[in-house]
Amino acid sequence: MINAPDVGLLSLFLASILTSNVLLANFLGTCSFISISKDFKSSMGLGIAVTMVIGICSAICWAVLYFIIKPLGIEYLSFIIFIIVIAAVVQMLEMIIDRFSPGLYLALGIFLPLITVNCAVLGVILFMQIRNYNFMQAVIFGFGSGAGWWLSIMLLASIRKKLDNNNAVPAGLKGTGITLITIGFMAMAFIGFSGMIAVQ
Amino acid sequence: MKSLWKTFKQGIIYENPLLMLMIGLCSALAVTSSVSNGIGMGLAMTFVLLFSEIVISLFRKVIPNSARIPIFIIIIAAFTTMVDLVMKAYFPELSKSMGVFIPLIVVNCIIMGRVEAFASKQSFLPVVFDSLGMGLGYTWVLVAIAAFREILGNGTFAGIQVMPGNFQPILFFILPPGGFLVFGLLTSFNIWLKNRMAKSEKAKERA
Repeated sequence: MINAPDVGLLSLFLASILTSNVLLANFLGTCSFISISKDFKSSMGLGIAVTMVIGICSAICWAVLYFIIKPLGIEYLSFIIFIIVIAAVVQMLEMIIDRFSPGLYLALGIFLPLITVNCAVLGVILFMQIRNYNFMQAVIFGFGSGAGWWLSIMLLASIRKKLDNNNAVPAGLKGTGITLITIGFMAMAFIGFSGMIAVQ
Repeated sequence: MKSLWKTFKQGIIYENPLLMLMIGLCSALAVTSSVSNGIGMGLAMTFVLLFSEIVISLFRKVIPNSARIPIFIIIIAAFTTMVDLVMKAYFPELSKSMGVFIPLIVVNCIIMGRVEAFASKQSFLPVVFDSLGMGLGYTWVLVAIAAFREILGNGTFAGIQVMPGNFQPILFFILPPGGFLVFGLLTSFNIWLKNRMAKSEKAKERA
């Protein structure tokens, strides 16, 4: 049924974290990345939340794509359906976490609604659709991409903490300017991985 | 008329979504590796912005407040789907090179932000001017970044060779890190300019 690409699950997982990192190679989720990375603790919370939501949503959207959208032949509606699924999953996740783990809800609660409009989630699902992944590949790719986003926001948050204590930064570069340039250098460092695994 | 003109100018300069509000960066950084992609993305964005703002402004009294966000998303998604299908049919190459970034207009913060902050409160004419201003503001910044990156990284402008033949293209600017770096420098320049203007205004006040 599905013409899935021939890649091993482990190399797909590593590729989605390192070589085709959602943020550093595909620019997905930049807005919240820049605004949240100011604070180390929030970065941790948002990173966990994004990883969870991308992983779960790519599994559910895969099922929706191959059991509902394709049999009905309504591919032209696919991203309207995906965005509704994402919104519903985020809402449900919020309710479930609130019910079973109030502590986690307090830590993640404010970030969950933000994620609905985070383009990393929809982006990963669209990549999954374009590249014809099978179910396991879609799940691994989803969690891997989330973990890649989490890794890069933790790295940036740590660097920004040091930058804030440094008074040598010129006034014009302070804030967003130096942050974007730092992300540029991080992206350059991640290009160094690109010889290792190539998954496209 | 004067206030409409002011709304129009707001989006282009004073409240430019990319330079001043710093929203909608994802797609802006991704598509600016070539000028033609930048123009295509800018026009697609302006189209979606214009029509979703008009529809939402016309129906603003009917849309219930508690369910407004899902309704907005569905309206925006409908226009994005139209743009995506038209692009696929008439500009297949452009659509291929932009990949997932046309569908990602749905979750672009600029559209959601303008719809929520402006279109859901204003009438037809101001909304048209606002969306055109914002769309043009977005497009010109995209084209500016794209021109810089394409000329340095590939030696071409919209596919036409502009640099001399012995120019060695700096591949770095076409790659993702170049996008972050160029935008970071542009932002810093903008902040520097703003600080300077504020200073000279203060000096004028003192004098």
